Amino acid sequence: MADAPALEVDAVTVRYGDVTALDDCSLTLTRGRVHGLIGMNGSGKSTLFKAVMSAVRPQSGTVRVDGEDPARARARSAIAYVPQSEDVDWDFPLSVRDVVMMGRYGSMGPMRRPRAADHAAVDAALARVELADLAGRQIGRLSGGQRKRAFVARGLAQGASLLLLDEPFAGVDKRSERTIVALLRELADEGRTLLVSTHDLHALPQLADDAILLLRRTLFHGSVTEALRPENLTRAFGMDLGDTRQDDSGGAA
Amino acid sequence: MSIIDVLVEPLQYDFMVRALLVTVIAAVVCALLSCWLVLVGWSLMGDAVSHAVLPGVVLAYIMGAPFAIGALVFGVLAVVLIGVVRGTSRVKEDAAIGIVFTTLFALGLVLVSVTPSQTDLSHIIFGNILGVSSTDLWQIAILAAVAFAALILKRRDLTLYAFDPTHARAIGLSPRVLGSLLLGLLAVVSVVALQVVGVVLVVALLIIPGATAYLLTDRFSRMLWIAPLISSLCSVVGIYLSYWLDAASGGLVVVVQGAAFALVYLLSPRHGLLGRWRTARRGARVGH
Repeated sequence: MADAPALEVDAVTVRYGDVTALDDCSLTLTRGRVHGLIGMNGSGKSTLFKAVMSAVRPQSGTVRVDGEDPARARARSAIAYVPQSEDVDWDFPLSVRDVVMMGRYGSMGPMRRPRAADHAAVDAALARVELADLAGRQIGRLSGGQRKRAFVARGLAQGASLLLLDEPFAGVDKRSERTIVALLRELADEGRTLLVSTHDLHALPQLADDAILLLRRTLFHGSVTEALRPENLTRAFGMDLGDTRQDDSGGAA
Repeated sequence: MSIIDVLVEPLQYDFMVRALLVTVIAAVVCALLSCWLVLVGWSLMGDAVSHAVLPGVVLAYIMGAPFAIGALVFGVLAVVLIGVVRGTSRVKEDAAIGIVFTTLFALGLVLVSVTPSQTDLSHIIFGNILGVSSTDLWQIAILAAVAFAALILKRRDLTLYAFDPTHARAIGLSPRVLGSLLLGLLAVVSVVALQVVGVVLVVALLIIPGATAYLLTDRFSRMLWIAPLISSLCSVVGIYLSYWLDAASGGLVVVVQGAAFALVYLLSPRHGLLGRWRTARRGARVGH
């Protein structure tokens, strides 16, 4: 399925009780590009990630990764997820190397005992994100930007072709942000596909090949310059906020 | 009386030898499991499941079935009920846990009170380490061996589950299966531990060792050594103290565990009060 899109979301609807998180959302991601995912809180970004990883079951619609069922893509470790900082327990007693090694678990035996190839993949991934010197550190003793790179390294060690990054620039200083942007650009140039949710519109032109504006469904998918036009941002960030509120309190839209 | 006498004299009694064996077995397997429980944040769940197994153990006693089966059934029942109450009403999780486990525990107390031969069953509640028979010892050893093997063989998956269940899902593992494995082991290990300290204090063996080890190291693999070592040492000290002081053995085992935690909390080089105070002072002097 070499010419299938990296990710195809087709008419996906996800409801939590009365709240509709995604409403007939469709999206197609081309391989080898960085796709910026923009939307306000509650626009369905996290739910979209969860739907791709089958962490939520959509009421309707389908998701395909590389043209196949997401379960099969996950089984061959094709999908990597870089969580939001606030979703990680930074006091957890694991070293950077331990965390990156977890990327390999999907391709290991049932006891997850690392072999030479696994150690080599972890070393390569750590070198790639320039964390080789800090491999022995407890993960919480990294800076904000280093933490993100550690999780990207986990996705690289995993050999993922589709990387989902949830707010990778939150709590990261400007210099680290530039390092991460450069790294993500390189990964896309190698043919990997990246879907990056972000609030940070300033970083977008350097980071992304195209932008997706999400408000429970895809409002816009196209060039970054066009996405950043005021009329498009207004739609995504809701000058029609009144309607949104009504939807949330009044049940399913 | 020399220190050798203090240590050797109790060993001339078979019941003391069995007590020490059972205590060490329970301490090791509980301490292993506790490393994951404290990191997943399941201390309250450990409390709940270890209490909720009581009616299962009593029913198993009445029917002449192995305690572990009754415990597993009620352990799972407790978890399911907690999930149902939390998921289908506006009651929050901590309240759901409190409602379910106290009710099941109370049901167990009622069953104990109406079942003939109450002497045996009250031991389930407060523990009776000095009255462990060799049949009990075998049952405990087998259950503990099963739980120990499962924890060691699946330790990396369980750690992944504790740290980042979303990543587990992303690489094709099932967080639900891993969580269920941990809960099932919790029920089995509760049966092992309740022979030592009784249902009421099982949760101590399931939380204190892991928490103590967590304050001593930044490496999970080292926690898996530290917790069982400290826990078995404390438990043996507790049993000896109970022999010489003629006081409740289950109670002393837990008191010694708590005292060890207090020491580590104060003195641990990096994560203890003293260590943090010294780091802060050094930081202030360097001028950060």
